[in-house]
Amino acid sequence: MTTIAELPPGFVDKVLSAQSTFRSVMDAMARPGAVQRIVPMAGTPDAMMRGTAAIALTLFDHDTPLWLDARMSESSDVLKWLKFHTGAPVIQDSSIAAFALISDGSLLPALERFALGTNEYPDRSTTVIIQVDGLDAGRSFELRGPGIDGVATLQASIRPFDLFERLRFNETLFPRGIDVVLVADDAVVAIPRTTRVVSKGG
Amino acid sequence: MNAPAYNFAYLDEQTKRMIRRAILKAIAIPGYQVPFASREMPMPYGWGTGGVQVTAAILGPQDVLKVIDQGSDDTTNAISIRKFFAKTAGVATTTSTDDATVIQTRHRIPETSLHENQVLVYQVPIPEPLRFLEPRETETRRMHALAEYGLMHVKLYEDIARFGHIATAYAYPVKVNARYVMDPSPTPKFDNPKMDNCPALQLFGAGREKRIYAIPPYTQVVSLDFEDHPFEPYRFNAPCALCAAENSYLDEIVTDDKGSRMFVCSDTDYCEGRQAAGHHGSMSAAPYKEKAQGEANG
Repeated sequence: MTTIAELPPGFVDKVLSAQSTFRSVMDAMARPGAVQRIVPMAGTPDAMMRGTAAIALTLFDHDTPLWLDARMSESSDVLKWLKFHTGAPVIQDSSIAAFALISDGSLLPALERFALGTNEYPDRSTTVIIQVDGLDAGRSFELRGPGIDGVATLQASIRPFDLFERLRFNETLFPRGIDVVLVADDAVVAIPRTTRVVSKGG
Repeated sequence: MNAPAYNFAYLDEQTKRMIRRAILKAIAIPGYQVPFASREMPMPYGWGTGGVQVTAAILGPQDVLKVIDQGSDDTTNAISIRKFFAKTAGVATTTSTDDATVIQTRHRIPETSLHENQVLVYQVPIPEPLRFLEPRETETRRMHALAEYGLMHVKLYEDIARFGHIATAYAYPVKVNARYVMDPSPTPKFDNPKMDNCPALQLFGAGREKRIYAIPPYTQVVSLDFEDHPFEPYRFNAPCALCAAENSYLDEIVTDDKGSRMFVCSDTDYCEGRQAAGHHGSMSAAPYKEKAQGEANG
């Protein structure tokens, strides 16, 4: 059994590390497709990447119901670490989650099962954080939308392979929708609901 | 430099997390007003409590902060907020638009073009553009949900019926990314075109009304108008009396009780920069003469 003393640590400097991590995520959200780096590091429980752990410490607390994929929710390391460092309640019902953590894209459920917000309150939607294999190489995607000067090109190896096809439902749902944050180690890319993606293949 | 009694940048971490989450949703839904649990700040409502909370949530030790009030770096409100963050966050401050990474503003957008590494934080008194047309929050919320903005066009039409032109001169409504009608805060409509396709991120904080909204960089922002009455930015037809600028937004200053007045740039950094570069207006002679006299005497 893991005691608290054996848990991987949180940020060394809570305040400035959270600020720096937030700016990376904010820049990622404001400039979809652009790869941002997360500098401050914390201990990472099993199944969680460095970037994911930093984002969790920065944005999660008792106000943010959290949905975990099967691999994360079966790991007592992850559950204890999240509980101790963030206090965020882990819930079974994905449709009321503020954040969802997906350790492995193949475990991503249908996006309709997350909170999509309402037309009156579109902000009450789940932000889905997906760990991916890489954000520097792989298939090319052409991105357009607010935050992008013309076209942005993202090279990424992502699972599920049809993630961007699935995200097309954001087009008809708007202003409701799902915002996605992709994490690969310390790299982060955001795909907010306004971003339109065309796969270029390759 | 940190005042020991306060957290970095004044706000506690839980509050910052809450504001940060609201900012992320605001960026994801351009022009939509995200409700947030606005805190009491050590300044009265109407003095920029919303902008201050947004700035406090994003500010880091590497940032260089500029604060302007109606374009000026030197007014009470601007100086107080700049000192507040210099004291609570120990950040570097500047009056130069180019050098700043975070610019908090009340009622102006700087004349100097913004760049990608900047965030412009607006102080907003009344975030709801439809509020004076429909006082009920439930109704305005539904109107935004349905993108039902006919009422706003009626208001602009009534301007034309009464005055012959759209008489709204500030807080001129805009449509963001072809979806949400948004209040740009009480900036003069002269500044509206600067919001369109701007390389910098624009964040809006309304403290009393508890709303945060955003325009991501490179986002379409269109001022509402009619085909036969297109949007026109307004500017006094005069050069700046200090730097002779022909394209900046001007303040009208009454200089005596006989009706004399002068027009000067509202953006003090822009005006001072131009004067330093050798541009002189019709009334900038005084300091120049003093210097010449001193040189002659010495």
